[in-house]
Amino acid sequence: MGTVLSFRNLTLGYDRHPAVHHLDGEVAEGDLLAVCGPNGAGKSTLLKGIAGVLSPLTGRIEGHVPAREIAYLPQAAEVDRSFPIDVYDLVAMGLWRRAGLFGAISRADRARIEAAIAAVGLEGFETRPIGTLSGGQMQRTLFARLLLQDARLILLDEPFTALDAGTMADLTALVTRWNGEGRTVIAVLHDFDLVRDHFPRTLLLAREAVAWGATGEVLTADNLAAARRMCEAWDEAAPTCPPVAGAAA
Amino acid sequence: MIYDFLVGPFAEFDFMRRALVGVLALGVGAGPIGVLMMLRRMSLAGDAMAHAILPGAAVGFLAAGLNLFAMTIGGLVAGFAVALGAGAVARATQMKEDAALAAFYLISLALGVLLVSLRGSNVDLLHVLFGTVLALDDATLLLIVSISSLTLVVLALAWRPLVLESVDPGFLRSVSRAGAPSHLVFLALVVTNLVGGFHALGTLLAVGLMMLPAAAARFWTRELTALVGVSVLVACASGVIGLLFSYHSGVPSGPAIILVAGGAYALSVLFGPVGGLLPRFLPQRHLEA
Repeated sequence: MGTVLSFRNLTLGYDRHPAVHHLDGEVAEGDLLAVCGPNGAGKSTLLKGIAGVLSPLTGRIEGHVPAREIAYLPQAAEVDRSFPIDVYDLVAMGLWRRAGLFGAISRADRARIEAAIAAVGLEGFETRPIGTLSGGQMQRTLFARLLLQDARLILLDEPFTALDAGTMADLTALVTRWNGEGRTVIAVLHDFDLVRDHFPRTLLLAREAVAWGATGEVLTADNLAAARRMCEAWDEAAPTCPPVAGAAA
Repeated sequence: MIYDFLVGPFAEFDFMRRALVGVLALGVGAGPIGVLMMLRRMSLAGDAMAHAILPGAAVGFLAAGLNLFAMTIGGLVAGFAVALGAGAVARATQMKEDAALAAFYLISLALGVLLVSLRGSNVDLLHVLFGTVLALDDATLLLIVSISSLTLVVLALAWRPLVLESVDPGFLRSVSRAGAPSHLVFLALVVTNLVGGFHALGTLLAVGLMMLPAAAARFWTRELTALVGVSVLVACASGVIGLLFSYHSGVPSGPAIILVAGGAYALSVLFGPVGGLLPRFLPQRHLEA
């Protein structure tokens, strides 16, 4: 089992204020990792950092998978729901890496697109404009697109927010299946029962890592209480953070 | 009778045939550009860009008179400077593109007015403002047709990232770096088409042939390819009907063309099956599922 990601004294943030502070650790290939923590704990920021959308303030993320092997589903996907495009075409975008700017969509690709739509239970929705989809159907569509991206590292930011139990179960099964195929999945989640049932490893984040390890040992009452004590507010007059002794660059 | 009315003017007069070719070529290029502008929420950006081109064309006019080359180059330089400057500021800073565009085109406009007044000559800029579709010479016609052809080729190449960036910019950023370059290419196409359009319709009205057909098309279909088709159709039909209207009634042809497109838009708002007013208020029984 190799390492997919290493965080080295990683600090991510906005306007010099840290949202993720001095994080160290490693994500192993094939991990099914939940990232938990209160609002403002830096969970989404961490995913943005891994996805390469946000550059570290200090420290670094060592990625051991090429950037094109990372698929990222942001918390509020910026999909323009009024755009005249149907489910099939939106899902087909998942083939970008394969087809690129000009590449043709082959017959085999069409079969893949149809299989992905079937896998998320959206058969019959192929020609529906995305503006007519419900929230759950939209999320299924985005999961079908992730499926086509065929990535080694999958980042999901609160993928199950506002979904009913059935949709959540279907999509969780998909996540479990991805993991079974050897893919690494990192998901930001708030539902501790779901995490305990399906995610073997958890990172509990409250700007700094409160605990990181086997889910049962991380999600304890003490740890959760510690995470809740984190102060969300920025201190505009905060002093600059002294360098950590012995930290790598 | 009908022949005399519809075909006669074109059969009889060379300048009408040239105008016909000109407006058809403009419509073919402006149709898809307008649809993409509308879908990218840049409907008013075209207007800003047209204002940005005006001083460039005016400076070309002042330097070399009514010279196709000088005015085209002037318009292109001013348009590109504003489009690229605003695009770059929007991508590199926290400022949204509409605000950056407003800032840049206002600077360009003020600079243009200043340059024109420095010359102190009371020049006739009506040509730049309202175009002369009935006086297109070979060189201008060639320029317009070339711009339309170039537009179609470039759009075909950049279609995928342009559409993807409009639907889901976050996703495109995560899989490709094609977003920014394709956006700049698109802005360049907008400027080029407006410069092509101003010889026929003038800088301000040229935007009309882009946006009105696209806005009208939105009321007829939910499908992207069909939107482009309807938009081109409305643009070309507006051109032809506008020319005939102007010929028979003696009104200026540029405004006539845009007003016909405006009429098509009004009809679409009223009767368009996709969210038009009349279908909305007609009693319709709901379906079973």
